[in-house]
Amino acid sequence: MINKRRSTAVLLGLLTATALIGPSPAGADDETTEPTAEPPKVELVLDVSGSMRARDIDGRSRISFAQQAFDEVVDGLPDETQLGIRVLGATYRGKDKKQGCLDTQQIVPVGPVDRSQAKAAVAGLRPTGFTPVGLALRSAAQDLGTGSTTRRIVLITDGEDTCAPPDPCQVARELAAQGTRLVVDTLGLAPDEKVRRQLLCIAGATGGTYTAAQSADELTGRIKQLVDRARDTYTATPAAVGGTAACDSAPLLAPGVYADRETFSEHRWYRVPVRPGQELRASVSVALDRPVNPDYGVLLRATAPDGRELVRGVDAGSGRTDVVSAGLRWSAAEEEETAAPEPTPDGTRTARTVCLVVSNSFAARPGTGAEPGMPVELTVDVVTASPAPDGPDLGRGWALLLLLTLAGLVTGLVAGLLTRWWVATWREN
Amino acid sequence: MRTLIRSAAATVAAGLALAPGAALAAPSPSPGATAVAKAGTSFLTATAITAGQPVRVGASTGDHLYWSFRADAGQVHEVGVTVTFGKPRSGASTWTVDVFDGLRRRQACTGGAQTPTAERSATSVTLGCTLRRVRPWAEPWSGDPLPGAYYVRLSVTDLPEPDLGAPIDVDLVVGAVDSGGASGDDGELAAPLVPNTRAGTVLAAEPAPEPVAEEETNLTGWLPEAGSRWVWTGVGGVLAAVAGVAGFALTRRPRRR
Repeated sequence: MINKRRSTAVLLGLLTATALIGPSPAGADDETTEPTAEPPKVELVLDVSGSMRARDIDGRSRISFAQQAFDEVVDGLPDETQLGIRVLGATYRGKDKKQGCLDTQQIVPVGPVDRSQAKAAVAGLRPTGFTPVGLALRSAAQDLGTGSTTRRIVLITDGEDTCAPPDPCQVARELAAQGTRLVVDTLGLAPDEKVRRQLLCIAGATGGTYTAAQSADELTGRIKQLVDRARDTYTATPAAVGGTAACDSAPLLAPGVYADRETFSEHRWYRVPVRPGQELRASVSVALDRPVNPDYGVLLRATAPDGRELVRGVDAGSGRTDVVSAGLRWSAAEEEETAAPEPTPDGTRTARTVCLVVSNSFAARPGTGAEPGMPVELTVDVVTASPAPDGPDLGRGWALLLLLTLAGLVTGLVAGLLTRWWVATWREN
Repeated sequence: MRTLIRSAAATVAAGLALAPGAALAAPSPSPGATAVAKAGTSFLTATAITAGQPVRVGASTGDHLYWSFRADAGQVHEVGVTVTFGKPRSGASTWTVDVFDGLRRRQACTGGAQTPTAERSATSVTLGCTLRRVRPWAEPWSGDPLPGAYYVRLSVTDLPEPDLGAPIDVDLVVGAVDSGGASGDDGELAAPLVPNTRAGTVLAAEPAPEPVAEEETNLTGWLPEAGSRWVWTGVGGVLAAVAGVAGFALTRRPRRR
């Protein structure tokens, strides 16, 4: 009896032990972000042209509710955000188009905001002149200056540009293609088709958004959201790089995020050094910043320097979208690794170069310009390779333990019964 | 004897409880989770959320909204989105929820309405996507879902142009279930698929050769990890032996005192 109790205790102990050992959850490592010294910078660009006098929103003039929205935004502005305000069509009362189309001023410089001064400047605005949107965008980009972080322009207008050229959409595309990363968010105050098309084009060219604001609440809420977004996301800015037409002369990339431009049916090459025992990870996004035909694709290939393809990532789509992305992982296969990079006599091993090539299958619509190319965002990472698991044919899991235990129990019982039967027959004989 | 039967029953019950096949319900916010009222507009600016955290954000029709969440091996994630329209619309619109892994590779949905069309009269549209179970390891050339970051993108793919820019409200929840069935998976990813989001640097020259690291030979390297097949099978063998002895002991005639 004592024996039996003890064996039961051992069995229970083993069961609890296995329960404790069981599968362990995978650990998650923390993401680290580097602090940036530069504050977020936003400029609000407000249209104060004659059409803003129209009283079509809640019985009030467009300018009055834009002023109210600005007041609330200035009141709720986060302390670290630097805000500037630029107006267009605010001063020139004459009829001369040439002069009226130069009418844009910065009424609050980009910097730490003096709330009362900013509000006073906005309150004094009276709807007056023309709508030089293109020029205002160009000036706003200059106001925000150059730097390593993303700048945001919020354009609020009720009428289409009356001063083209320059075409505001083309201006936006040029600004986006320059060194500084610039996003233009647009708000349309009038339900007008031409205005909507123009603002959609400006927003699309810079990766911004378009909103049709038709009440004071909508306008205030949206501007606040955009200013907050500028604060939350302005540090996520890639480094500019220029891919080449062949692998030999391609730029050599360290891990990180890069921005480039690629036109229709162009190939852009980059090189990444990968050491033995490392894995290359790359992903690419090509943005549709202009009207293209509704079917499209993007291809990212990794090749050896001799042109042999190693792996490819591909994605295609159809319909309205912002970016098309593809990604790939690659690490040298085990056999290749032991054979190819022969360790040099002094006990070192050299990195091998992997070429990356980005190509697209976008088709321009008639009238769509090819230059500057479409924005390409390339992410490169090199991490420790994950070798293939080579475990023996063993089992795992609670079902296995249960099965083995039952098999053991049955074997023990059968053996015991056989022994009893054998002892009984042996005694009788 | 009675104790033995009871312990065996407990083992069976434990085995059943851990069996795979827990059905997925529609994702619901976990109680006490703080709501998120933000969304990013690109892969780099995606708003990080966790499973069970409710998201409610106002947006404009035509915005491409991005969120990202972390996934671990063995989990099955389900994304549920509801878009509520604030204004009457001029026609039907088609909405899409796309899920990408940390390398921006498109992930397949095994269930859910990924691209529903909202009729002109509809006041809201519901989207869903159930992902595949996250594997602990996969070959570099395969597209299997791996531990790391995942991106959710909500966009409208087809609509009458005048409807662009109209206000909408978006509700999103990502649900995670530990699906079990992981006993068939081996291997481990050395680094999760989390993208390097820092600005890169262009190298001037090929990196210098680095010395070959000496392979460490210590005892812990030889010991199997907890939870490995060696441990499971070894413990199973011990249990079988103990059960065998116990079974043998059961058949003995009670000893007369």
